[in-house]
Amino acid sequence: MDMKVKYRLPSLPEQAVLDDTDQALITLIQTGLPLSPTPYADIGKKLQLNEQEVIQRIKDLYDTNVIKRFGIVVRHHELGYNANAMTVWNIADEAVTELGACMGQFDFVTLCYRRPRRLPDWPYNLFTMIHGKDREDVLANIEILANSCNFDDVDYKVLFSTRRFKQRGAIYR
Amino acid sequence: MQLDTENKLNTQQLNSLEKHLLNDYQHDFPLVARPFKKIADELGTTEDVVLETIKQLQETGFVSRVGAVFRANSIGASTLAAMAIPEEELEKVAAMVNEYSEVNHNYQREHHYNLWFVLTASDEHTLNAVLDDIEQRTGHAVMYLPMLEDYHIDLGFDLGFDMSMDSEANQKIDIGIN
Repeated sequence: MDMKVKYRLPSLPEQAVLDDTDQALITLIQTGLPLSPTPYADIGKKLQLNEQEVIQRIKDLYDTNVIKRFGIVVRHHELGYNANAMTVWNIADEAVTELGACMGQFDFVTLCYRRPRRLPDWPYNLFTMIHGKDREDVLANIEILANSCNFDDVDYKVLFSTRRFKQRGAIYR
Repeated sequence: MQLDTENKLNTQQLNSLEKHLLNDYQHDFPLVARPFKKIADELGTTEDVVLETIKQLQETGFVSRVGAVFRANSIGASTLAAMAIPEEELEKVAAMVNEYSEVNHNYQREHHYNLWFVLTASDEHTLNAVLDDIEQRTGHAVMYLPMLEDYHIDLGFDLGFDMSMDSEANQKIDIGIN
């Protein structure tokens, strides 16, 4: 199974210090680049920045981890990845960082977050989003995770999605 | 499993250029004056064809956008939220939740907590106001689960296309940012 290349370490999210121009730039690029030959120059015109300044600001947002990924955003479902399961794990607090880091490397894991437990209703503290072509594919991937990351007898639940009511990129302002 | 099928498209019909665009440019999109020209050079075609193909992929629904994916909570505030809704009320409550522009994903899932959505707002105050509003309007509690730690390195999603037929275009070219 392909493991992702670790060329950028995930860091804890910190509230980045962004000036008004960064905020305006984020507003413009979160819904997508203009599909024109010179998208960065076009964005720059709206912000009174030149092309190179736009490119540099995007690079800075990337370097400071505000931008996690920059590129073509595909729609999994339309591309035949019809099953996605939010798989939630109840992991001992002292082990969660190590297991999370292990799971977060697999290419079929598209999200891997620690979140708070809400006891007594909700004991699960590690959340992974696992995609596959169908339900069996997803379950096989979960099996791979369980075997590769060396944990036994862990309490987990697989929450398949049965209906999609809404899916779009986040809009922050 | 009742998956919605209304938008299911046939990936078999994708040509080699479309597959490369979909699979190879999910991260490290070129940060140069003419990014689509650079992609065209790498894939052996023209800037116009690349732009036109991306527009078509967007129209058919394979591509959502060309742009940035932001790290959760690095700007603004966001949270995952879940509700346990009786089956007969689910569609109505889901529609109410969808009305909020702060909601960007909303799924039914197989669990007692059966409605799961992601909320994103400019700040925590707005986020909390929306959560309160949803609880009041629907009459059901919202369990909110903000991210505490992110373990995932986002390199996009390998679509697993078989590209063995066009080996010369398949050579990986390093277009990394830094």
